[in-house]
Amino acid sequence: MQYATLRGPVRAVDGVSFDIGEGEVVGLAGESGSGKSTVALALIRVLHPPAMIKGGEVRFRGRDVLAMSDRELEQFRWRDVSMVFQSAMNSLNPVMTIGDQIVDAIRAHERVSERQARERAAELLRIVGIEASRIDSYPHQLSGGMRQRAVIATALALNPPLMIMDEPTTALDVVVQKEIMQQIEDLKERLGFSILFITHDLSLLVEFSTRIAIMYAGEIVELAPARELFDNPLHPYTQGLMSSFPSITGEKRKLTGIPGSPPDMVAPPSGCRFHPRCPYRREKYEQVVPRLMEVSPGHFVACHLYAEGRRATLERTEIGYEQEEE
Amino acid sequence: MEKPVEGNGTVLDVRHLTKRFPVGGLFSSKKVHAVEDVSFRISRGQVVSLVGESGSGKSTTARLISRLIEPTSGEIFFKGRDVLRAEPRGASRQYRREVQMVFQDPFGSLNPVHTIGHHISRPLKIHRRAPNRRELQERVLELLNTVGLNPPEEFANKYPHQLSGGQRQRVAFARALAVDPELMLADEPVSMLDVSIRMGILNLMERLKEEHSLAYLYITHDIASARYIGDETIVMYAGHMVEGGDSEEIMHHPAHPYTKLLLSAVPNPHAGLVSRKVEDRGEVPSLIDPPPGCPFAARCPHVMDVCRQAMPEVRWVGENHWTRCYLYDGEPQQDAPAG
Repeated sequence: MQYATLRGPVRAVDGVSFDIGEGEVVGLAGESGSGKSTVALALIRVLHPPAMIKGGEVRFRGRDVLAMSDRELEQFRWRDVSMVFQSAMNSLNPVMTIGDQIVDAIRAHERVSERQARERAAELLRIVGIEASRIDSYPHQLSGGMRQRAVIATALALNPPLMIMDEPTTALDVVVQKEIMQQIEDLKERLGFSILFITHDLSLLVEFSTRIAIMYAGEIVELAPARELFDNPLHPYTQGLMSSFPSITGEKRKLTGIPGSPPDMVAPPSGCRFHPRCPYRREKYEQVVPRLMEVSPGHFVACHLYAEGRRATLERTEIGYEQEEE
Repeated sequence: MEKPVEGNGTVLDVRHLTKRFPVGGLFSSKKVHAVEDVSFRISRGQVVSLVGESGSGKSTTARLISRLIEPTSGEIFFKGRDVLRAEPRGASRQYRREVQMVFQDPFGSLNPVHTIGHHISRPLKIHRRAPNRRELQERVLELLNTVGLNPPEEFANKYPHQLSGGQRQRVAFARALAVDPELMLADEPVSMLDVSIRMGILNLMERLKEEHSLAYLYITHDIASARYIGDETIVMYAGHMVEGGDSEEIMHHPAHPYTKLLLSAVPNPHAGLVSRKVEDRGEVPSLIDPPPGCPFAARCPHVMDVCRQAMPEVRWVGENHWTRCYLYDGEPQQDAPAG
């Protein structure tokens, strides 16, 4: 994945590979500029110049998404994969009622009568926790949380097997976030779809995902089952992230976060892209790109330490990881 | 004139602060009750966290204290001085020097055409903190060094766009620190930053607090960071303070039903991945001419008739822990809770 920019091409996503099983929730975590949203856009091929896919493959139930015609893509989006974005609640059409917008989405893909579509819309709203009587409300008449629920209802309209959710609750208050996440989880249990869940909030992911991939500077640096990643993070970046979230429980400890700043993607660091911020950096790591390797079943990490039989051991504490002071 | 209580090292003492904004046009008498009867104290070297969701009135409270806006009623004592009465037509230069503010957006608060050095020397000049050019320059470099922008000579000549978000927020702190403030109002200073650099900024705040015995009001929607940095935490809901006191007490023994709801909603993998169900009904009420009583009554699982009649007074539930809730029958207290 590459973006053409005034300052030269930016490789926003580089050699990222992962799979999502049926009914699975795969979390993609990373900071701004890590490429996590670009991955989502590439999966459903909604990237337009200056962005381009320079290589790689996307397969959905065996079909090659990158080779699909425009007509096939139209069906693929919504019917096979739907998306909910962070600002989605602002992407509702302000001059259409939410009911009409859902009806539109249904009728664009299925031959059903207006009445049937409307009934389904009311049902979908009920499923996401909006009273059916709100079906003729305009977006501005709803709170942010309700608008986001309406977007989720729209995404569910065609009962797709995969939902991509990019920071679906980031703009919302934490209580509303929790309610919506619970609702999504219930729906997933009932309807059995898979989710690619993208967020910067690792603590939310650990609660919610089956597996988690950690992205840094356009690359996946670690991939593991959620619980395993939380109990046993291997990459120094993941360990640093764990040391970036204060907790409301347990004893209060000093947390350090990660020194330095995320890299400029026009000129990403050579070798291991995390090396400028890594407490374990060596000269060699600045030259050689580490490969993603499986260190235990299902647990992958791209870090030179593990290739050399060493490991990162930023001290584990009750509520995170401690590092030396900056 | 009412005599302020001069606690040991009380910097800020806010009493019954209330702000109502008129809405709905010239002939409408509708009012948004943004901040209702807010009282608290902050001492030297102390951080008080003000936690709440959007619309809770936490930012308005900070803006009232900074006197960017004027309160509808209430009192603000700063180092024992009733500032609203003493400076009725706006804050004095001294007040504006001693009370500094750091905002959420490190991109919007710096002028793109000026160097970092320029940004930091401005307040030094305006408040006459440096007698000559050489000392001005030295002071700028010293401040950059203090906030961890090294080497300072290099950063002084950079422009805002050459800095990352975290570095820009460090500049904002250096600029606020330049004029030797006594009180810092930090309004969501880390919420726009990447997670990996947030702790660095919070730790910087902590260090500045200790080195300069600053008092902080830390405003956030993130109760975990409120705990991390705040000696004390005050929880706001729909313009009202509902609970406050020692941060650890509040995290471990929350009293108010809203605080409990808020804590149960925080994603917390440390709790052992057990999904704790949030039981909630409804959303934050409208702040336009709200009905009397507790603003949480409509959502509260323990609501009683009395809750809809009047907001309860402060009741103490621990040594340094109070709440405003009828569920607790501790002695109602007329005084402002101690900070």
